[in-house]
Amino acid sequence: MAQAAMSPTGIDLSGNPRRRRKETLIRRVFQAAAVVSVVVSAAIVFSLVGRAGYFLAQVDLATLIAPSDGWFPRRGSFDVMTIFAGTLLVSGIGMLVAAPLGLGAAIYLSEYARPRVRRYLKPILEILAGVPSVVLGFFAITWITPQIVERIVPGAQFFNMAAAGIAVGILITPLVAAVAEDAFRSVPQSLREASYGMGARKRSTTLNVVVPAAVSGVVASLILALSRAIGETMIVAIASGATGGSAFTLDPAAPGQTMTAAMTALAIGSDQVRGTEGTFESLYFIGLLLFLITLALNVISDRFVRRVRQKY
Amino acid sequence: MAIAAKGPRTSDVVAQQLRGRSTDVKGIIFQAALLFALLLSLLILLVLIADVARGGLGVFQERGGEFLRGRLTVVSPTTAGVGQGIVGSLLLLIFVVLMAFPVGVAAAIYLEEYASDTRFNRFIDVNIRNLAGVPSIVYGLLGLVIFVQVLAPLTGGKTVMAGGLTLAILVLPIVIITSMEALRAVPDSIREAGFGVGATRWEVIRSHVLPAAAPGILTGTVLSISRAIGETAPLLVVGATTGLLATGGRGFFESFREGYTALPVVVFRWTSLPNEDFRALTSAAIIVLLIMTLSANAIAIILRNRYERKW
Repeated sequence: MAQAAMSPTGIDLSGNPRRRRKETLIRRVFQAAAVVSVVVSAAIVFSLVGRAGYFLAQVDLATLIAPSDGWFPRRGSFDVMTIFAGTLLVSGIGMLVAAPLGLGAAIYLSEYARPRVRRYLKPILEILAGVPSVVLGFFAITWITPQIVERIVPGAQFFNMAAAGIAVGILITPLVAAVAEDAFRSVPQSLREASYGMGARKRSTTLNVVVPAAVSGVVASLILALSRAIGETMIVAIASGATGGSAFTLDPAAPGQTMTAAMTALAIGSDQVRGTEGTFESLYFIGLLLFLITLALNVISDRFVRRVRQKY
Repeated sequence: MAIAAKGPRTSDVVAQQLRGRSTDVKGIIFQAALLFALLLSLLILLVLIADVARGGLGVFQERGGEFLRGRLTVVSPTTAGVGQGIVGSLLLLIFVVLMAFPVGVAAAIYLEEYASDTRFNRFIDVNIRNLAGVPSIVYGLLGLVIFVQVLAPLTGGKTVMAGGLTLAILVLPIVIITSMEALRAVPDSIREAGFGVGATRWEVIRSHVLPAAAPGILTGTVLSISRAIGETAPLLVVGATTGLLATGGRGFFESFREGYTALPVVVFRWTSLPNEDFRALTSAAIIVLLIMTLSANAIAIILRNRYERKW
């Protein structure tokens, strides 16, 4: 036995070599599994960048941002601002719905609900989170458009961005609620007690102590929800209309096209009409834009979440 | 003493003053508004279910099991059904279960149990959290390029295999993140007890950490199944069939290299039809889809509530 493996007491502590080899092997297998995620990221970038580059080489770059007649890929009209405006409008409406609902629910669950009540109320949000987006898209055209949008804006069109926006809001409400509730619950009890000790009531304690202390988490939940809203596809593909393309519009009661809806239209229609050179590749270009926007939002949101964790 | 009997006691007066002159009206309104926000979510859920049920239950009464076995068609509402969609969704799930779960749990074990705090390991960690936020349609593009085009000799193009692998990659970050949380919840004292009796790291993980974390890991995997069943956008991109589909008659393994459709894809296709008859069929298909996804979610919630353990 080698001297190096001997302990001062003369007993060999190095362990069974076969057992050690097995340990190393298992460790390598797990490590390989973890590296798969890096490969996936690389594959995403590889898939998007090459084709998007091909698209950019085919089209006149000036037409991408210059105001033209809109987004009509089959006519070779790629006005990115049109679909970008559609995305902003739909996710903006979604945030108007989700922010008050999600934050209100989060504050109630964290500050007001008794543990027993919370046990029964919280699953509502989790079940709502499990509704597939294609179902919410159907709900948008069969219920939200006739019951809500047409009552607010008489004469709204059957396909409209407002209904899509409201449905997106319903979709992201559970996300806002879950992340924000985590933030509120991580505020130490001592802060609340200090406030009560000063004679503050529940409402002023919640609004003046708990919410400011958890503001990073609130911001994180909203940014994360915005990122999800921008990337949401099926609701807008079903409810916002304009499958072939769309002129520039900011009217919520009118049909319009978002980035993701434009991608779906390209993906489904690819077999029938190829359009001009590079038409199908515009799919990858929008995909790359979408990837970069949501990545930036997720990184920012992650920063805010970390700030909450570090503080308490 | 007579004084005490005459006027109100000092302590009562002080208590009265401390209790406040009026009820906290603003506070009650505030609390009611918060509860309303929460209950509105419940209301939306109920309206959604009622709306779908009203439209779709008739189809089950009329056609019953025949609808569940029917084929995907966009021309004859009387014979259309969700049979191919259900079979397609289940075939896709096989890939999710076989690919995403082992890789995801193994990656989580590496990151939580083995990885030291090096720059590379931190990069993997951040990378996984960012992957979880990538829109699902972008995963569709990944699947289209990698599985449908580059790996065409293996997958055979727009097949079940290409779709299943795409969904597996889509849910991988969710599986990893939830499994990591479950492993992190196991206290270090459990591990140290194992090391103390001479077990190696893998032996400690296998015999102590994994059993303790199993309910949490299971919850995460059930949630990711629910997500995979409901995903539509990536499948449209990687070429799930939205028209007529010829299936059946071939062996189980051959079916992996054939065209397919999935339940949510059927819902999407029928939604876009102007024909009123298909409106009812869409509702009926949504009922089947909701039963599948929501029961998976309910199982996850029950699992978590039942086995949630405070160490």
